[in-house]
Amino acid sequence: MATIVDIFEEKALEVKDFEFTYAGADAPSIKKLDMPIAKNSITALIGPSGCGKTTLLRSFNRIHDLYPGNKYAGEILFKGENILLPKQDLINLRIQIGMIFQKPTAFPMSIFDNVAYGMRLQGIKNKTELQDRVEKALKDAAIFEEVKDRLKQDANGLSGGQQQRLCIARAIAVEPEVLLFDEPTSALDPISTAGIEELVVELKNRVSIIIVTHNMQQAARVSDYTGFMYLGELVELGRTEEMFVTPREKLTEEYITGKFG
Amino acid sequence: MTHTQKRIVVNNVVMVLSALSALVGMGFLFWILGVLVLNGIDALNWAIFVNEGAPPGYEESGLKHAMIGQLYIVGVATFFGVPLGILAGTYLSEYGQKAKLAEIIRDISDIMMSAPSIVIGAFVYAIIVAPMGHFSGWAGSVALTIIMLPIILRTTDDMLNLVPSTLREAAFALGAPKYKVIIQIVYRGAKAGILTGVLLGVARVAGETAPLLFTSFNDNFLNTDMMEPMASLTVTMYNYATSPYEDWQKLGWAAAFILSMFILGLNIIGRIFLLKKRGK
Repeated sequence: MATIVDIFEEKALEVKDFEFTYAGADAPSIKKLDMPIAKNSITALIGPSGCGKTTLLRSFNRIHDLYPGNKYAGEILFKGENILLPKQDLINLRIQIGMIFQKPTAFPMSIFDNVAYGMRLQGIKNKTELQDRVEKALKDAAIFEEVKDRLKQDANGLSGGQQQRLCIARAIAVEPEVLLFDEPTSALDPISTAGIEELVVELKNRVSIIIVTHNMQQAARVSDYTGFMYLGELVELGRTEEMFVTPREKLTEEYITGKFG
Repeated sequence: MTHTQKRIVVNNVVMVLSALSALVGMGFLFWILGVLVLNGIDALNWAIFVNEGAPPGYEESGLKHAMIGQLYIVGVATFFGVPLGILAGTYLSEYGQKAKLAEIIRDISDIMMSAPSIVIGAFVYAIIVAPMGHFSGWAGSVALTIIMLPIILRTTDDMLNLVPSTLREAAFALGAPKYKVIIQIVYRGAKAGILTGVLLGVARVAGETAPLLFTSFNDNFLNTDMMEPMASLTVTMYNYATSPYEDWQKLGWAAAFILSMFILGLNIIGRIFLLKKRGK
């Protein structure tokens, strides 16, 4: 059983007895996993490649459903409801639980249209409202000053770091309650990485954040809680400042001291 | 000779051989184009564009009937072939993926792409011309649509597959329904590639003669009724070039030149789009 620290905050998400099996696989990639996610905090998921951290992250917005044959079992509670039930409205779920990917995913359209995309999906057509909210989202993602004079230009002309911040702006423009980050800085240079990390920390006042990272220093720098996963199981979930100093599990200690991984 | 020296020699021999082969290929291409341009331009004059076909020996004969017929037949084929091909390609890439049906469609369209076009002409003859009792422009368009379809279908499929799946995931992650992801994100990302496939598909069928001989046949005068036999540049060129009359042969050269320039133009535009896409 995993060692899970008591969480005193309200919970944004609660994973209970969760299992995930990829299409065609015999064994589940995530096994009997329990994990609370604190609200308005940053929870980092760390662990060696193939431990299931990205698989778990991609379950929270059920993006796995795009590929047929993947199977979920157990529960993931969001606002008291199990989002794994077949009746779950995925469009509605994904509006409330946004995602940032490993590589920047700027759409082939202008900077403005990129940020407005999610709002337009929700039927917002009013020009001034769109303009105000795009501007606010770009400001919140700390990219407005760099792009304010070229909002009509193709977003693919931006640098990788700028594109990633644009994607964050696009995600927060629809005001989600949870944001999932899947190794958001692994394709970026150190300066852009620092910028994204700063931004992630600022965002936690408004959204609950789960971030998957390969980089333990990053987890230590930005997160409030850290979950260490190994072979599809959660080994330990602890307060970050405690876990990196005094891990309770031997496996966690071995991983964070670099004995394997 | 050391090992390294040997490798350098082999390298040079291969380089010279491959360069020579490329030159031979290019040589024939420019030879064809050269002969075509010389004879074609010589035969070109304004009268060709305003006059219809005439018996040999008439001053006022031209290719207007063939050019307009060609536009009708190819235009109608494009009108049906392009949307069908793009929609089918969309099914393969976005809905079918690895489904059995999608795999079968891919295989069949690959076979169709290499099927001799005269076979498709004979097929359309059997299912349309024979029951109707006469040749028609429609039958020609149907034959060209069938030839065009697999080209557009496969390029669309390939080009949509080139759009990174993370881009689709990002749109889904914002709560977009599937049809909007396809129309607003995937098509937009593959725009240049799909357009190239369409242009190359149209260029391919515009040069077909064999299937038209069986379907739209020919008409030496202007006809815009698709229910009737219709002239085309390719069949006209075939007829005029094989005739014993010198003035008809000249018109044949003109037809060959006009058609080649049209197809060359489409191909060049297609490549430019493709280059632009790669350049990004």
